[in-house]
Amino acid sequence: MSSWIRVCELKSIFPATGVCALVDGKQVAIFRPSDEEQVYAVNNMDPFARANVLSRGLICQHQEQLWVASPLKKQRFNLLDGSCLENSEVSVEAYKARVTDGFVEVHL
Amino acid sequence: MSKQKLVIIGNGMVGHRFIEDFVEKADLDKFEITAFCEEPRVAYDRVHLSSYFSHHTADELSLVKEGFYEKHNINVLIGERALTINRQEKVIHSQTGRAVYYDKLVMATGSYPWVPDIKGNESKDCFVYRTIEDLNAIEATARRSKNGVVVGGGLLGLEAAGALKALGVETHVIEFAPVLMAEQLDQQGGQMLRQKIESIGVNVHTGKNTKEIVVGGEKSRNTMQFADGSELEIDFIVFSTGIRPQDKLAKQCGLATARRGGISINNQCETSDPDIYAIGECASWNEKFFGLVAPGYNMAKVAVDNILGRDNEFSGADMSAKLKLLGVDVGSIGDANGRTPDCKSYVYLDENSSVYKRIIVSQDGKRLLGAVLVGDTESYSDLLQYTLNDIELPKHPDSLILPAHAGAKTGGLGVDALPETAQVCSCFDVKKSDIADAVAAGHTTIGAVKMETGAGTGCGGCVPLITQVLNAELAKQGVEVKNHLCEHFEYSRQELFHLIRIEGIKTFKELLEKYGKGYGCEVCKPTVGSILASCWSDYILSSDNNGLQDTNDIFLGNMQKDGTYSVIPRMAGGEVTPKGLAVVAKVAEQYELYTKITGAQRIGLFGAHKSDLPDIWSQLIEAGFETGQAYAKALRMVKTCVGSTWCRFGVQDSVGLGVELENRYKGLRTPHKMKFGVSGCTRECAEAQGKDVGIIATDSGWNLYVCGNGGMKPQHAELLASDLDKQTLIKYLDRFMMFYVRTADKLTRTSVWLQNLSGGIDYLKEVIVDNKLGINEQLEKEMAQAIASYQCEWTTTLSDQESLQRFAHFINSDLQDDNVVFTPERDQKRPAFIEEKAPTYNISLEEA
Repeated sequence: MSSWIRVCELKSIFPATGVCALVDGKQVAIFRPSDEEQVYAVNNMDPFARANVLSRGLICQHQEQLWVASPLKKQRFNLLDGSCLENSEVSVEAYKARVTDGFVEVHL
Repeated sequence: MSKQKLVIIGNGMVGHRFIEDFVEKADLDKFEITAFCEEPRVAYDRVHLSSYFSHHTADELSLVKEGFYEKHNINVLIGERALTINRQEKVIHSQTGRAVYYDKLVMATGSYPWVPDIKGNESKDCFVYRTIEDLNAIEATARRSKNGVVVGGGLLGLEAAGALKALGVETHVIEFAPVLMAEQLDQQGGQMLRQKIESIGVNVHTGKNTKEIVVGGEKSRNTMQFADGSELEIDFIVFSTGIRPQDKLAKQCGLATARRGGISINNQCETSDPDIYAIGECASWNEKFFGLVAPGYNMAKVAVDNILGRDNEFSGADMSAKLKLLGVDVGSIGDANGRTPDCKSYVYLDENSSVYKRIIVSQDGKRLLGAVLVGDTESYSDLLQYTLNDIELPKHPDSLILPAHAGAKTGGLGVDALPETAQVCSCFDVKKSDIADAVAAGHTTIGAVKMETGAGTGCGGCVPLITQVLNAELAKQGVEVKNHLCEHFEYSRQELFHLIRIEGIKTFKELLEKYGKGYGCEVCKPTVGSILASCWSDYILSSDNNGLQDTNDIFLGNMQKDGTYSVIPRMAGGEVTPKGLAVVAKVAEQYELYTKITGAQRIGLFGAHKSDLPDIWSQLIEAGFETGQAYAKALRMVKTCVGSTWCRFGVQDSVGLGVELENRYKGLRTPHKMKFGVSGCTRECAEAQGKDVGIIATDSGWNLYVCGNGGMKPQHAELLASDLDKQTLIKYLDRFMMFYVRTADKLTRTSVWLQNLSGGIDYLKEVIVDNKLGINEQLEKEMAQAIASYQCEWTTTLSDQESLQRFAHFINSDLQDDNVVFTPERDQKRPAFIEEKAPTYNISLEEA
């Protein structure tokens, strides 16, 4: 039975950027789109390049949803479900994420 | 059924145009086509011959699409000259002994430059201006000369003088007649042209009859002696004293020729032998021959139609011309000298800005007969349409040549006033309706219309008019041309730039609230980040704008395929000290970085973990290096050759200038990356003409080229100004850089930006050199601000403890990314292939 894992303080993530956290042996990209208490988490690995870079991508809005554009070749991955806008056959793992008492928590 | 044998002698502009038109109209299975091409290369654009001096590629001038002749099975005999025609046997013999039989023969042998019979004109310092070979010879001679003269002050002569000036020699023009361009201009127009040309430093001598060219002189290699007893010392001479039809072959085989030369043709372009046609400059129609390309193209069309049994007649030609000679706009239409009986003239003369315009109208004042324009040719297209389409003049015809402040009819004739049958492009006989059809068929850009209709691909003089027709047609269709940045901003980059600057907007959030919608995306965020950086030169990583930057700009390195970064310190002008090299080597060894000389004359260190970047850079900065901005859309570097400091050929200090320029513009964020080159002499070892800004030393200063690039679609830079001193050069560069930063669309290299500037390089010259928009002072001021606020982004980052935290790979661990794995190769390392990595990372995708 997995549970919420506390990762870092919310304030250590600049608004509109992402960070990478090591959670239970996994590289998890965590994004904070604005200065509000809303965070998202997906696997950090770009499945096209197989490099751990997604946390360094730009957060963007398309079709009224939020995505991260890979810093390598700009494919976009949905922050909620990990699906890829360019190729429906490809996706990354998406995880639940929340802010509690000023801390970011992830549920694998 | 045996095929009909069609032979064309001559593969110049007209000979090639004939073949193109024939290929389009004829059933090629019925013909066997052979073309003689005496020159060592197939047809090229002689109208734009002088541009060869700026790009030096014959291919650029070629008119023949690659594989065109092969595709249509046309046998082109390159470098082969037709020696004799036997009309009884219908056979041609070439200088190689080949015999080629014909059923129909087309002669497009063109013309040859006529050189007056002056003693000494066969010297090796004497040239003509006709072929690429001539140009190569002139350039080689100009390199070892101080001065040169063009004999002949006609259209081509002044074009040649412009080329000499650009080659950096003191330039003279000698004309036998009392005025320049006597064919196209009246006396006052010629006088105005002379003043303008002299003001840019070309020496004009009119009314001079050259008697003899004597070898030797006190300062130059030769001395010209004139009939009036005066002399001119000169190193070399280019004759541009007119052309004569090349009718030697016609005379050899007994075809009728005209008294003043040229193969006589009738309205069908047939010679005195009905199986032989003559077209272009070699042909004489009603005792007239035509030294322009448009009538030749017309004859080509007539000949094709008649060979295919269709009706078409040649009915003379319009000899109007608009061109830029030595930077002066000149236009001539119809009866420029007012020789029509009872005609009347209107004249506008402005000695302050050196503008002269004259129109010649019919006795009743209703028809335009001719025009002369010097210094301002803006009304040329309109005036030409009045004569070509016989449009009735307004009640006060002088309103057509008056400037706006003196009551000119504003807005011009307007394309709507033109009949559908109006000829827009006279080189390819393209009508207004042809362009409208092309637009309706979905060709909605100027490039597409040009490609589809051929309009504007000859002399290019009609491009502004084509653009007007195109825009009018698009407007009729209700098409709106959009260049919105993205779904979040309904503005172009240029518009956003102005909004940000004028309203003093400092953050993305503020801009989005005022002018955008939604959250933003990977397109608008970095674009706005770049504009904010160019406008306010704030540290690009200020926390407000942090989320706007691509990873390259956030971590100040170029991300590589495996997520590691490159480290490239600035080595301005390609200079590096041995001591500096030792520090680079030490850092590379310590962090096991792959090391390579980059394409930009500096050293790149690859494979750095993000978390190591601050340590690596602090060592480099301590040793005096600074960031090279290799990760940014900004000036990357200035490539230099060693220049006069060391090179025995160099004439100026190219490294010194390169270092100064790189330090001046480093860090300035631009719409796309920029590269500069500075060469210390005309050998151009820095390949400056392939750069956004290319500077080439001359004996008296620097030539400034702009808007070239290498990369995917190489583009030669174009000459913006020549023989500049350093101060003026830097002033022009400040303006050029800021104008580009202000007006280019997102991710647009300078070459594409220039292509999209209506008016092209001429317009750019007017803005940068002549201050047409009146913004130069502002541009210089903005540049001065940007330069004053430069900071090395790495130095700033290292001094800010908070921003350094971002460099750790994990926010909650000191470990590094264990998926970054290297494999040894050639005594260094490279990123491991996926199959070389630990199996845990062989995650299989649902079929990626």
